[in-house]
Amino acid sequence: MSDGPRFAPGATVRVKDDWPERRGPCHIRTPHYIRGRTGTVVRPLGAFANPEDLAFARPAPKRTLYHVLFPQEPIWHEGRAGDTVMVEVFEHWLEEA
Amino acid sequence: MSEETPIPAIHDLGGAARFRCTPVEHDEVPPDAFGKKVDALRQILAQKGLMTVDELRRGIESIPEAEYFALGYYERWLRSIAGLMVEKGMVAKDVLE
Repeated sequence: MSDGPRFAPGATVRVKDDWPERRGPCHIRTPHYIRGRTGTVVRPLGAFANPEDLAFARPAPKRTLYHVLFPQEPIWHEGRAGDTVMVEVFEHWLEEA
Repeated sequence: MSEETPIPAIHDLGGAARFRCTPVEHDEVPPDAFGKKVDALRQILAQKGLMTVDELRRGIESIPEAEYFALGYYERWLRSIAGLMVEKGMVAKDVLE
Protein backbone atom coordinates (compact mmCIF):
# COMPACT_ATOMS: atom_id res chain seq x y z
CA MET A 1 0.00 0.00 0.00
CA SER A 2 1.68 3.18 -1.16
CA ASP A 3 -0.52 5.39 1.00
CA GLY A 4 1.21 4.33 4.19
CA PRO A 5 -0.50 3.20 7.37
CA ARG A 6 -4.19 4.13 7.67
CA PHE A 7 -4.12 4.04 11.49
CA ALA A 8 -1.77 5.96 13.79
CA PRO A 9 -0.52 4.81 17.19
CA GLY A 10 -3.29 5.34 19.75
CA ALA A 11 -6.13 4.93 17.25
CA THR A 12 -9.13 2.94 18.47
CA VAL A 13 -9.92 0.16 16.03
CA ARG A 14 -12.39 -2.68 15.76
CA VAL A 15 -11.41 -6.04 14.33
CA LYS A 16 -13.93 -7.10 11.70
CA ASP A 17 -16.37 -9.71 12.95
CA ASP A 18 -15.78 -11.75 9.85
CA TRP A 19 -15.55 -15.54 9.50
CA PRO A 20 -14.14 -16.38 6.07
CA GLU A 21 -13.85 -19.98 7.31
CA ARG A 22 -17.63 -20.23 6.76
CA ARG A 23 -17.29 -19.28 3.11
CA GLY A 24 -14.84 -21.93 1.99
CA PRO A 25 -11.15 -22.75 1.91
CA CYS A 26 -9.02 -19.97 3.35
CA HIS A 27 -5.98 -19.30 5.50
CA ILE A 28 -6.59 -16.62 8.10
CA ARG A 29 -3.99 -15.26 10.52
CA THR A 30 -6.40 -13.06 12.48
CA PRO A 31 -7.06 -15.06 15.67
CA HIS A 32 -10.68 -16.03 16.20
CA TYR A 33 -10.70 -14.60 19.74
CA ILE A 34 -10.23 -10.96 18.71
CA ARG A 35 -12.79 -10.83 15.89
CA GLY A 36 -15.37 -8.16 16.60
CA ARG A 37 -13.33 -6.76 19.51
CA THR A 38 -12.11 -3.22 19.98
CA GLY A 39 -8.47 -2.43 20.66
CA THR A 40 -5.83 0.28 20.42
CA VAL A 41 -3.17 0.56 17.75
CA VAL A 42 0.29 0.40 19.34
CA ARG A 43 2.30 0.89 16.15
CA PRO A 44 2.38 0.01 12.46
CA LEU A 45 5.00 -2.69 11.84
CA GLY A 46 5.50 -2.28 8.11
CA ALA A 47 3.84 -3.75 5.02
CA PHE A 48 3.99 -7.44 4.23
CA ALA A 49 2.63 -9.70 1.51
CA ASN A 50 -0.87 -10.78 2.50
CA PRO A 51 -0.58 -14.33 3.90
CA GLU A 52 -4.21 -15.01 2.94
CA ASP A 53 -3.12 -14.77 -0.71
CA LEU A 54 0.31 -16.38 -0.28
CA ALA A 55 -1.34 -19.49 1.15
CA PHE A 56 -3.00 -20.06 -2.24
CA ALA A 57 -0.01 -18.90 -4.33
CA ARG A 58 -2.07 -15.92 -5.54
CA PRO A 59 -0.54 -12.49 -6.22
CA ALA A 60 -0.15 -11.08 -2.70
CA PRO A 61 -0.22 -7.28 -2.42
CA LYS A 62 1.50 -5.87 0.66
CA ARG A 63 -0.71 -4.90 3.57
CA THR A 64 0.21 -2.88 6.63
CA LEU A 65 0.56 -4.96 9.79
CA TYR A 66 -0.06 -3.45 13.24
CA HIS A 67 0.47 -4.30 16.86
CA VAL A 68 -2.99 -3.90 18.40
CA LEU A 69 -3.57 -3.98 22.16
CA PHE A 70 -6.75 -5.46 23.66
CA PRO A 71 -7.98 -5.59 27.26
CA GLN A 72 -7.41 -9.17 28.39
CA GLU A 73 -10.34 -9.74 30.72
CA PRO A 74 -13.12 -9.80 28.07
CA ILE A 75 -11.09 -12.27 26.00
CA TRP A 76 -9.80 -14.76 28.57
CA HIS A 77 -12.06 -13.98 31.56
CA GLU A 78 -9.04 -14.06 33.82
CA GLY A 79 -6.03 -12.04 34.87
CA ARG A 80 -5.60 -8.83 36.78
CA ALA A 81 -7.08 -5.42 36.04
CA GLY A 82 -5.08 -3.71 33.31
CA ASP A 83 -3.77 -6.93 31.77
CA THR A 84 -3.64 -6.77 27.99
CA VAL A 85 -3.22 -8.99 24.95
CA MET A 86 -1.16 -7.72 22.03
CA VAL A 87 -1.81 -9.21 18.59
CA GLU A 88 -0.40 -8.60 15.12
CA VAL A 89 -3.31 -7.68 12.85
CA PHE A 90 -3.34 -6.74 9.17
CA GLU A 91 -4.95 -3.43 8.18
CA HIS A 92 -7.70 -5.01 6.05
CA TRP A 93 -9.05 -6.64 9.21
CA LEU A 94 -9.36 -3.29 11.05
CA GLU A 95 -11.99 -0.57 10.93
CA GLU A 96 -12.37 2.70 12.79
CA ALA A 97 -14.14 2.40 16.13
CA MET B 1 -18.76 -17.40 19.09
CA SER B 2 -22.06 -18.60 17.69
CA GLU B 3 -23.01 -22.16 16.74
CA GLU B 4 -22.22 -21.38 13.14
CA THR B 5 -18.67 -20.48 14.03
CA PRO B 6 -16.35 -23.10 12.57
CA ILE B 7 -13.68 -24.72 14.67
CA PRO B 8 -10.63 -22.52 14.15
CA ALA B 9 -7.82 -24.04 12.08
CA ILE B 10 -5.06 -25.69 14.04
CA HIS B 11 -2.74 -22.65 13.90
CA ASP B 12 -5.47 -20.56 15.59
CA LEU B 13 -5.30 -22.31 18.96
CA GLY B 14 -4.90 -19.31 21.28
CA GLY B 15 -7.16 -19.65 24.30
CA ALA B 16 -8.24 -23.21 23.49
CA ALA B 17 -8.78 -24.77 26.90
CA ARG B 18 -7.60 -28.21 25.81
CA PHE B 19 -4.09 -26.88 25.21
CA ARG B 20 -3.72 -25.00 28.48
CA CYS B 21 -0.97 -25.86 30.91
CA THR B 22 0.41 -28.66 28.79
CA PRO B 23 4.19 -29.04 28.70
CA VAL B 24 6.12 -27.71 25.73
CA GLU B 25 7.39 -30.57 23.59
CA HIS B 26 11.16 -30.60 23.17
CA ASP B 27 11.54 -33.08 20.37
CA GLU B 28 14.05 -31.25 18.24
CA VAL B 29 15.95 -33.94 16.41
CA PRO B 30 17.53 -33.97 12.96
CA PRO B 31 15.23 -35.30 10.21
CA ASP B 32 15.36 -39.06 9.74
CA ALA B 33 15.52 -40.70 6.30
CA PHE B 34 11.76 -40.33 5.85
CA GLY B 35 11.85 -36.63 6.77
CA LYS B 36 14.71 -36.00 4.36
CA LYS B 37 12.80 -37.68 1.54
CA VAL B 38 9.71 -35.59 2.24
CA ASP B 39 11.79 -32.42 2.28
CA ALA B 40 13.51 -33.43 -0.95
CA LEU B 41 10.09 -33.95 -2.54
CA ARG B 42 8.96 -30.54 -1.32
CA GLN B 43 12.08 -28.88 -2.74
CA ILE B 44 11.69 -30.57 -6.14
CA LEU B 45 8.02 -29.58 -6.38
CA ALA B 46 8.89 -26.00 -5.37
CA GLN B 47 11.67 -25.83 -7.98
CA LYS B 48 9.21 -27.02 -10.62
CA GLY B 49 6.83 -24.25 -9.58
CA LEU B 50 4.16 -26.70 -8.43
CA MET B 51 3.90 -25.52 -4.82
CA THR B 52 5.20 -22.93 -2.35
CA VAL B 53 6.03 -23.14 1.34
CA ASP B 54 3.04 -20.89 2.06
CA GLU B 55 0.78 -23.44 0.39
CA LEU B 56 2.52 -26.20 2.35
CA ARG B 57 1.74 -24.36 5.56
CA ARG B 58 -1.92 -23.91 4.62
CA GLY B 59 -2.16 -27.61 3.87
CA ILE B 60 -0.59 -28.52 7.22
CA GLU B 61 -2.83 -26.20 9.20
CA SER B 62 -6.00 -27.41 7.52
CA ILE B 63 -5.45 -31.00 8.67
CA PRO B 64 -8.33 -31.91 11.02
CA GLU B 65 -7.23 -31.79 14.64
CA ALA B 66 -7.48 -35.51 15.46
CA GLU B 67 -5.41 -36.42 12.43
CA TYR B 68 -3.00 -33.52 12.97
CA PHE B 69 -1.97 -34.79 16.40
CA ALA B 70 -1.79 -38.41 15.24
CA LEU B 71 0.74 -37.54 12.54
CA GLY B 72 4.45 -36.83 12.96
CA TYR B 73 6.07 -33.60 11.76
CA TYR B 74 7.08 -34.77 8.29
CA GLU B 75 3.97 -36.93 7.98
CA ARG B 76 2.00 -33.66 8.19
CA TRP B 77 4.19 -32.25 5.41
CA LEU B 78 3.53 -35.27 3.24
CA ARG B 79 -0.20 -35.11 3.95
CA SER B 80 -0.17 -31.44 2.93
CA ILE B 81 1.92 -32.08 -0.21
CA ALA B 82 -0.41 -34.89 -1.27
CA GLY B 83 -3.47 -32.70 -0.67
CA LEU B 84 -1.96 -29.85 -2.71
CA MET B 85 -1.12 -32.12 -5.63
CA VAL B 86 -4.70 -33.45 -5.66
CA GLU B 87 -6.03 -29.88 -5.38
CA LYS B 88 -3.96 -28.84 -8.41
CA GLY B 89 -4.95 -31.88 -10.42
CA MET B 90 -1.36 -33.18 -10.55
CA VAL B 91 -2.27 -36.44 -8.86
CA ALA B 92 -5.59 -38.28 -8.94
CA LYS B 93 -7.11 -38.74 -5.51
CA ASP B 94 -7.80 -42.44 -6.07
CA VAL B 95 -4.13 -43.02 -6.88
CA LEU B 96 -3.18 -41.92 -3.38
CA GLU B 97 -5.88 -44.00 -1.74
